[in-house]
Amino acid sequence: MRPLFVNIGERTNVTGSARFRRLVSDGDYAGALAVARDQVEAGAQVLDVNMDEGLLDSVHAMTTFLNLIAAEPDIARVPVMIDSSKWEVIEAGLKCVQGKAIVNSISLKEGEQKFLQQATACLRYGAAVVVMAFDEQGQADTRARKVEICQRAYRTLVDKVGFPPEDIIFDPNIFAIATGIEEHDNYGVDFIEATAAIKQLLPHARVSGGVSNVSFSFRGNEPVRRAMHSVFLYHAIAAGMDMGIVNAGDLPVYDDIDPELREAVEDVILNRKAGGTERLVEIAPRFKGGKAVERVVDLAWRDAPVAARLSHALVHGITEYIDADTEEARLASTRPLDVIEGPLMDGMNVVGDLFGAGKMFLPQVVKSARVMKLAVAWLLPFMEAEVAGQPRRMAGKVLMATVKGDVHDIGKNIVGVVLQCNNYEVIDLGVMVPADRILDEAVRLDVDIVGLSGLITPSLDEMVFVASEMERRGFSVPLLIGGATTSRTHTAVKIEPGYARGSTTYVLDASRAVGVVSGLLSATEKPRVEAETRAEYVRIREQFSRAQAAKVRTPLAAARANRFAIDWQAYQAPTPVFLGERTFAPWDLADLVRHIDWTPFFSAWELVGRYPAILDDEIVGEVARGLHADALTMLKTIVAERLYEARGVVGLWPANADGDDIVVWTDETRTVERARLHTLRQQMAKAEGRANAALADFIAPTGADWIGAFAVTAGHGEAPLAARYKAAGDDYSAIIAAALADRLAEAFAEALHAKVRTDLWGYAPDEAFDLDALLAERYRGIRPAPGYPAQPDHTEKATLFKLLNAETATGIALTESFAMTPPASVSGLYFANPQAHYFGVGRIERDQVEDYARRKGWDVKTAERWLGPVLNYEAGRLQPTS
Amino acid sequence: MSGLDPARMARIAALKAAARERILVLDGSWGVMIQRQGLNEADFRGERFAGHGSPLKGDNDLLCLTRPDVVTGLHDAYFDAGADIAETNTFNATAISQSDYGLEAAAVDINLAAAALARESADRWTALTPDKPRFVGGAIGPLSRTLSMSSDVNDPGARQVTFDAVHGAYLDQARALHRGGVDFFLVETIFDTLNAKAAIKAILDLADEGLAPLPIWISGTITDRSGRTLSGQTVEAFWNSVRHARPFAVGFNCALGADLMRPHVAELARLADTLIAAYPNAGLPNAFGEYDEEAHETAAHLEEWAQSGLVNILGGCCGTTPDHIRHIARAVAGRAPRLAPQRPPAMRLSGLEAFELA
Repeated sequence: MRPLFVNIGERTNVTGSARFRRLVSDGDYAGALAVARDQVEAGAQVLDVNMDEGLLDSVHAMTTFLNLIAAEPDIARVPVMIDSSKWEVIEAGLKCVQGKAIVNSISLKEGEQKFLQQATACLRYGAAVVVMAFDEQGQADTRARKVEICQRAYRTLVDKVGFPPEDIIFDPNIFAIATGIEEHDNYGVDFIEATAAIKQLLPHARVSGGVSNVSFSFRGNEPVRRAMHSVFLYHAIAAGMDMGIVNAGDLPVYDDIDPELREAVEDVILNRKAGGTERLVEIAPRFKGGKAVERVVDLAWRDAPVAARLSHALVHGITEYIDADTEEARLASTRPLDVIEGPLMDGMNVVGDLFGAGKMFLPQVVKSARVMKLAVAWLLPFMEAEVAGQPRRMAGKVLMATVKGDVHDIGKNIVGVVLQCNNYEVIDLGVMVPADRILDEAVRLDVDIVGLSGLITPSLDEMVFVASEMERRGFSVPLLIGGATTSRTHTAVKIEPGYARGSTTYVLDASRAVGVVSGLLSATEKPRVEAETRAEYVRIREQFSRAQAAKVRTPLAAARANRFAIDWQAYQAPTPVFLGERTFAPWDLADLVRHIDWTPFFSAWELVGRYPAILDDEIVGEVARGLHADALTMLKTIVAERLYEARGVVGLWPANADGDDIVVWTDETRTVERARLHTLRQQMAKAEGRANAALADFIAPTGADWIGAFAVTAGHGEAPLAARYKAAGDDYSAIIAAALADRLAEAFAEALHAKVRTDLWGYAPDEAFDLDALLAERYRGIRPAPGYPAQPDHTEKATLFKLLNAETATGIALTESFAMTPPASVSGLYFANPQAHYFGVGRIERDQVEDYARRKGWDVKTAERWLGPVLNYEAGRLQPTS
Repeated sequence: MSGLDPARMARIAALKAAARERILVLDGSWGVMIQRQGLNEADFRGERFAGHGSPLKGDNDLLCLTRPDVVTGLHDAYFDAGADIAETNTFNATAISQSDYGLEAAAVDINLAAAALARESADRWTALTPDKPRFVGGAIGPLSRTLSMSSDVNDPGARQVTFDAVHGAYLDQARALHRGGVDFFLVETIFDTLNAKAAIKAILDLADEGLAPLPIWISGTITDRSGRTLSGQTVEAFWNSVRHARPFAVGFNCALGADLMRPHVAELARLADTLIAAYPNAGLPNAFGEYDEEAHETAAHLEEWAQSGLVNILGGCCGTTPDHIRHIARAVAGRAPRLAPQRPPAMRLSGLEAFELA
């Protein structure tokens, strides 16, 4: 008997439907209801509702939507599937449905106790459950694991919870097949066989699955995907699959599928012929359909000569055929090297041209690099086999490093990849590389260019030092400067004058890197390019000193007299609910997702625009969407598999201002000093009524007041993940991995600050969650970080870390330049005064530097070194940081 | 989990045994009977609430504390008429419903007192006629605020109350009824199934506090001829929504008289693999809001239900009196109780309508 099969649509699922996601995040619930109504009218038997999107308050969205559905009899007539990976969202949904719903899903992932609790709650709310084949060890992939986990879950539910077996639905995980990875080939068979076993062994239990996963590697080729879904379902239903999340209306009838395609798909689904994947990949483009123009292009590129095919694969980042095409090109060439220098380089030149013309974007270029690496990897054994093999002629050798004391390398990695795409050999020494090692390697490898990168301000001085060392050791190769804190002005004023034998060039971003490097390495162009840069930097220096002369600074005493005055008599500081230090290790990653600000993620890829508008941007929208989708997929895995660990620590202590310092007391008697935080005061000339602020102004000099501090990281686990991707030649994913860790750390800082405001300090207990308000910093209190404009001195982090015992609590360490490692970390102070605000200290005068040195117990030279970037005067030759 | 005291375990066993042997009879309405007592504001207030800031007349459940003699008198009248089962006088004894009188703080006491009064009367009658043991059901009413329907015509998503608040109010009520000694819970007059699901969840959650489970009887209300609850569910959808309580009885009460209720009871009798219980109103109210159907008329309808094998427990709702119960008890005496159908296990879900995965 052919069992009845239930299609569960995914149009009211924010992860399955971009349109629904947009409607919900725009608060257009009327539109969202229309989607639900359409789906029920089209015959949906169960309405899947999923609100798991990072930026949504999913609990609120689920509650709102289900309450609205309850008022629509033509929608509410069908049961709801409450679909979330978060229990709190599921429970919120269960509190809104009078009918009997399906919960999707629970699992043994977090152990039996949690599973029992959640299953018991589902039973008491009156719901059927989808149970994922997932246990403490992870997601089941093989038939044996799937069956084993489902059996264990079944016994637990039936015997320990008293769950009705007919209300249990197993989801034994449908994974992507035909990915090119051999271990994935049997995933379809594993699912189908596990389904049969579950139906046989576990009476009355049902089997479901997310069907679209199976065809994931054919994204973009909908006809082939639909054929795969249809064939997969044909076999899975025969094995006993009862329901599935699939857009049923789109599925072709099994018998209507083109026989050639059907057979190829069947070979892959059933893993019954070696080479099935390759064959399906080969014929898939012919069935792609879509717009006529597209079809012609798609068909054409596989019919073109091999050189054109290689070029096409590089431009479009297609890895599927690269081995075969490279091999074909090799057989047609005299030597394997000719393939690289011929068609592959031609293709990469096209990529470089398109990138330069703004017709390709970084994420695409990084994908192109991956294709190139695969092609070179294919040729390498043949080149090594050539006895008379000569070294490859590359366009040039670039050595890159993040300087000592600094750990940030996302931007440097992107530049590296872009340069590699343009046939430059890139030697990347990594992060925290001391000057002598950079220069030793540069000599040993005989490089053509040295590139330095850094993100935190002390790195600027380290770069100055590296430049002076290059001068001292007699280098003459061009020096490139890049990274977030670097600037054309700093390079022109501080770095370039110290390296007279060679040239120094500031590189704004990765898209400029190729132009700069090719100019500097071209025998004909070099003199002109260098001369132009020199002339430009001279001009900048002149402008700079003119501007300096014009900048009037207020003497420190006068600035102090013009402090930001708060009427302390009229102010009652809120008493923190909690005093002392508290560690959160780990913090729930899933919670951080909704706090993520995506805009900086896109700027890390040099895609400019605000999220989410950038997704619909006319020019970069498509690329942004692809990048965002890839990031979300990785984020899901990171959260689900806990690849990263977020750890944080908060401290709240009695404190009072003492001049420009803030004294942290051991206890409320306010007699014993536990630590002293130092702040810097603005010395720019201020208009009448505008204060010269210092952070100390925001703390009461006497009486009851408090200060807080925090350190958070989301970076534990990032390095191994990125390394794994890099080892697989996938720089694209490695960079996403790093950028996501950064976003999560920032999100953590926001989330923790919110917790402090609403709970630990508790002065804003009723503050509602509103991401936009958070990002616009529309809340009471600030969290300035040492090393940033309100307190440019990075060394203050040492005090902060000691107070928090942050290294033990969170595993964050400080480098000698006071950069935090892992790099995806944030730390800072908390001020609760409603008048506290962010400001920039700006440049300071010698009088304050001397005063600050005295307060810190430094000599003036040390103070000038650490405050170098904000000095309003020339402090003389800078010494190396040691 | 601590077990029940042996006496209560024995009573529950006797209740289940009696239900297998005969059609059991529940008591009749309270509203009409209390009205007939002609009680005044002072009666409702008693000593304890003499100084309460707002009128209390009409808070019938409050009489458990202020006029226990009236409550006991009504229990005795129904037992005397032949009822096997008394409902506690707690239809509105939740913090939420009592807040209409400013008496949310008295809700727990009302339930404890109500359970004790019904218990005392039932035990006294059991002692008199040991071959006809009497039972006490803890009545849990629907609340004046609903979870599935909007409180604001302009905002269909608005709700006057949250699930957690409803659940909390029911949890307090169920706990007090349990401690007061009831033999089972009667979740009744359900016009919004989500409210009932909150009550069911609260009752099941008592296990977490160490209270042994008691049988549950769930009684929905079909509000008109459309055959749906006020919140829009069909009979089968309603049953699928509350089955997880594994009720010892399920059925309908209120809103309709026996003639109009019959098809819905028959539908439920076909679906539910547990006891069927029904207690209709004495017909539909007349222009003055009074119920005219006479005792022998109601009894004639219910006798036919019994003959047709539709039911296991019968009683009366609005407008019924001890006289009605007396007639019903006589009419169904000796009639065989319905046998529950065996239904194959299947996943049975619901929205407003039922869905079955065969």
